[in-house]
Amino acid sequence: MAMSPPPGTSSSAMRNAFGTVLSALILLLIGVLAFSIRLFSVIKYESVIHEFDPYFNYRVTQFLSKNGIYEFWNWFDDRTWYPLGRVIGGTVYPGLTLTAGTIWWALNAINIPLSVETVCVFTAPVFSAFASWATYLLTKEVKGSGAGLAAAALLAMVPSYISRSVAGSYDNEAVAIFALIFTFYLYIKTLNTGSLFYATLNAIAYFYMVCSWGGYTFIINLIPMHVLLCIVTGRYSPRLYIAYAPLVVLGTLLAALVPVVGFNAVLTSEHFASFLVFIIIHVVALVYYIKGILSPKMFKVAVTLVVSIGLVVCLIVVAVLVALVASSPTGGWSGRSLSLLDPTYASKYIPIIASVSEHQPPTWPSYFMDINVLAFLVPAGIIACFSPLSDASSFVVLYIVMSVYFSGVMVRLMLVLAPAACIMSGIALSQAFDVFTASIKYQLGRSANSKDDAEDNTSTNNAPKDDSSSGKTDKGEEVAKERSSKKGKKKEREPADKPSVKSKIAKKRVLVLPLEASIVALLLLIMLGAFYVIHCVWAAAEAYSAPSIVLTSQSRDGLHVFDDFRESYAWLSHNTDVDDKVASWWDYGYQTTAMANRTVIVDNNTWNNTHIATVGTAMSSPEKAAWEIFNSLDVKYVLVVFGGLIGYPSDDINKFLWMVRIGGGVFPHIKEADYLRDGNYRIDSEATPTMLNCLMYKLSYYRFVETDGKGYDRVRRTEIGKKNFKLTHFEEVFTSHHWMVRIYKLKPQKNRIRGRAKKLKLKTSSGLDSKAAKKNPWI
Amino acid sequence: MMNLSRSVALISLFLLPLLTFSFSVDNPTDRRVLVLLDDLSLKSSHSIFFSTLKSRGFDLDFKLAEDSKLALQRYGQYVYDGLIIFAPSTERFGGSLDSKSIADFVDSGRDLILSADTSASDLIRGIALECGVDFDEDSSAMVIDHSSFSVSDVDGDHTLIAADGLVKSHAILGKTKIEAPVLFRGVAHSLNPTNNLVLKVLSASPSAYSANPSSKLSSPPQLTGSAISLVSVMQARNNARVVISGSLQLFSDRLFRSGVQKAGSPNKYEKSGNQQFVTELSKWVFHERGHLKAGSLVHHRVGETDEPAIYRIKDDLEFSVEILEWSGKSWEPYVADDVQVQFYMMSPYVLKTLSTDKKGLYHTSFKVPDVYGVFQFKVEYEKLGYTTLSLSKQIPVRPYRHNEYERFIPTAYPYYGACFTTMAGFFVFSFVYLYHK
Repeated sequence: MAMSPPPGTSSSAMRNAFGTVLSALILLLIGVLAFSIRLFSVIKYESVIHEFDPYFNYRVTQFLSKNGIYEFWNWFDDRTWYPLGRVIGGTVYPGLTLTAGTIWWALNAINIPLSVETVCVFTAPVFSAFASWATYLLTKEVKGSGAGLAAAALLAMVPSYISRSVAGSYDNEAVAIFALIFTFYLYIKTLNTGSLFYATLNAIAYFYMVCSWGGYTFIINLIPMHVLLCIVTGRYSPRLYIAYAPLVVLGTLLAALVPVVGFNAVLTSEHFASFLVFIIIHVVALVYYIKGILSPKMFKVAVTLVVSIGLVVCLIVVAVLVALVASSPTGGWSGRSLSLLDPTYASKYIPIIASVSEHQPPTWPSYFMDINVLAFLVPAGIIACFSPLSDASSFVVLYIVMSVYFSGVMVRLMLVLAPAACIMSGIALSQAFDVFTASIKYQLGRSANSKDDAEDNTSTNNAPKDDSSSGKTDKGEEVAKERSSKKGKKKEREPADKPSVKSKIAKKRVLVLPLEASIVALLLLIMLGAFYVIHCVWAAAEAYSAPSIVLTSQSRDGLHVFDDFRESYAWLSHNTDVDDKVASWWDYGYQTTAMANRTVIVDNNTWNNTHIATVGTAMSSPEKAAWEIFNSLDVKYVLVVFGGLIGYPSDDINKFLWMVRIGGGVFPHIKEADYLRDGNYRIDSEATPTMLNCLMYKLSYYRFVETDGKGYDRVRRTEIGKKNFKLTHFEEVFTSHHWMVRIYKLKPQKNRIRGRAKKLKLKTSSGLDSKAAKKNPWI
Repeated sequence: MMNLSRSVALISLFLLPLLTFSFSVDNPTDRRVLVLLDDLSLKSSHSIFFSTLKSRGFDLDFKLAEDSKLALQRYGQYVYDGLIIFAPSTERFGGSLDSKSIADFVDSGRDLILSADTSASDLIRGIALECGVDFDEDSSAMVIDHSSFSVSDVDGDHTLIAADGLVKSHAILGKTKIEAPVLFRGVAHSLNPTNNLVLKVLSASPSAYSANPSSKLSSPPQLTGSAISLVSVMQARNNARVVISGSLQLFSDRLFRSGVQKAGSPNKYEKSGNQQFVTELSKWVFHERGHLKAGSLVHHRVGETDEPAIYRIKDDLEFSVEILEWSGKSWEPYVADDVQVQFYMMSPYVLKTLSTDKKGLYHTSFKVPDVYGVFQFKVEYEKLGYTTLSLSKQIPVRPYRHNEYERFIPTAYPYYGACFTTMAGFFVFSFVYLYHK
């Protein structure tokens, strides 16, 4: 720092050019890192679509690539939610599908014949590289390119984001996080430059975000909050107006073009904050304008006038809003958003939202798992943002605060927290490196001066010098940037701002630490970073790469692969009629339609609670009632997932209480208490008769006792309660290799109805059977 | 396997006739009939019945019930289309026959005439039970009726009953009304009222009861009044038909020829109604009457001829189905005014009675409701004595496409106007503001 300005323009230009090339190279490497760290799933398993929702997205992309965009837009899917069907085009966020479809189309157009599946598998890693570059841009706008590079490197590896964007995890979040960061970047860029061009780009980026993910409401609430914050803290400027007003107008218009959002863009409460702030910023702009043209005395008069009128207008607006909100039953908020504001809302009222594991609040260890050391760096980053506090840094502070809150509500929103944490940590790291390298340099320079001995030091100082020089380039650039931006943008506040910045830089220069402390601290920081890298690679390789349709387990006798899901979906597609309906719990709906190509009753798009409750009720009912429910839905096959044999914990028996709750929410004759013994959920001999007779129990444990003679369930770690029983209305048609998937067929109605067998007991084998026979015309 | 009629798939429509009437789709009347007797003398004592069957072209194969070579199947194929069991006292069939194989015979879509009698064996009762008929548990009990017995009943225990409680169905008993009462002497049975497959064809009068005539009644009889059925029929879900009679004598030459006068009634008939009753019933049970078949369901948009893969809401469509009835020799158009079609998605959104052109073609047209989803055309035709028709065909209904809505709504013209004037005004304003200085 100390030596960069004096030695002339040519060397500083050289250094700047060198820095630019270096950062470009680093960014490229970061992109490669972001892409390649997500390939563990392909290497360890195979190039395959993961989990549940990605299968739906994959199926939609296939449809898009086959039929074109208009057919996709108007697609009425008659193979899900039978018999209601689903208007896919109007209920899906099309961003991801269109992105992958465009990539596929472009690659094919230049004669790179990749399959749609390959494109889908690798969309997420590609976009995570984009996301790290967007992070670089955003952080660079906030704190300079050193912080930007650090943040980008952190984001490329952050486990929370990896969990949603490994190769094959073809879900909305894969592109949405990039869109989110990029939108924020353009907002900050507009805020810093005051350019209408960037404002327009910002609206378009926002449109892409709206296309991609329902999480766009986070943007349209966070940015107004920041604008409000700026106004309240007296930081209003025309740049703020340009950054905000076009975004609201253009963004809302564009958002309304997305079929799934449509009029929600102006009708639901999630968007009201932006309109309110839109009004406020106009009022404020007017006040500033009037202040400019009036004398102070006149202005005081005008203020009282405007404030009184403004109050009246505000009251009217508020009254209208309250009336609008009160007229809708949920207060105009969608269930998911309400559960964000009131974390207990979902568990109280909407079991279907609460039943999804990713909608649960996270546990503390999951923070450490998902953002690791960033959790410790974030506070330092926040502090760094306050010195000095600019519009941009106040925005990232607001961003981290809000995302921490939301991530505490819903574990899925850790994903929104991750970029904020990376930005903060990047800032913290870069600032710390700045301080430490600067003080090392200063101390070395001082000792070199005092010792007056250059020869010894040159060799020993080479390494630190390299470090410091690169760090310095960044810092120099940053300061230069800050200066230039300040010059460019803050015309009227320049005289007030510049001295303070300068004084701060001066102060920073004064902040010199002892040499040893600096070196130790540097080493510690590098170790911290190394731990982070090790953790991230481990998380990417071990924790987040499992495709969940193929499971593996390591045991003494080697690696076991459980490919039961695909085995049974293949069975369905080869052995059943193309129009047959398959009922299962909704988790497996997307996979069944995508992999087995069979019509399902409910799927992971949980838009119709009643329909899901019907299936839940059937699963919780005794056989005959379940048969009647399924038969009324034309169901031919029932699929259950059972983990008791191999110890696969997320099977249907473990999800069963949710089926009971969701079913009971619509059909009150299903009562959760009937399935619990003294409040405990159990399936052993202490279980309630309702539990032991419900369809889910029977379909899961039918013939289970034949496996080991005792019926020992390895998930529940107990022997099952009812071991030998027969199915009356269902017949087993398929059980996969490890019994993970069991498929049953509904028996047809009996051809004849037997008479009342009172005397002829000799004909029936056991008393129990004849009893059933009397009640049951179906046996 | 049997009940494919429930399935919604189109394929089932083609498979339905194939599976249900395996003897012949085009000619559903039975041809080869096995007659099981417990005494070959029945062949002569019931000769009128058998000869009418023969004269109608049936190939009767008489076997003793104990015959050790009895078999319904050979090499996995049924060798008979129908079965008459006139062996009420047989405890065990010979050969491979038992009550289960007879139940399987019915489940394969073939027909059965089963006659019990007093002291019917457990085997016969068991077969009847499989068909939903409960004979009186007291094996020595008979139907006794002190008010509608036949005056020719010489024994005086009023067990020869002149029954006239016939079911009113042209399909089962033919168009000619059976005037004379039907003579019956035998055991009573009852049906489960919730069983909609069985049906009383000949029911006892309210004064009948079931008891042992030779002993004194110690307790009230269990079966009384019109709960007693004398002759019942069962049409299985695969349209196999079964006749179950409580009296073997009902089919005998003696009762065919005997005159009848119901006690307390002045009408005296030269001949009992037995022959007509039994003949008509055998026509029904062997599918010479009341057998319907339907062609596939045909639907298309009004003005088009091809069947679309998907309808749009509010489309106008035409629907038709052909229904034919087997007359015993050929397929004739079935004429009725009560065939209905449902446009069904969990519940019928449209329910229309089809109009017929008297040539077997039923058709209607209607507007698709303003609801999208996966619908079915359903024809569920269940009429007393006729084969059950259960046809369905799945068809999705989609909402409007994005370009099928009105582009300009007349009521919104003020807003369009407002938009364009604002835009024009802003343009003029900008122009003036920028260059008027």
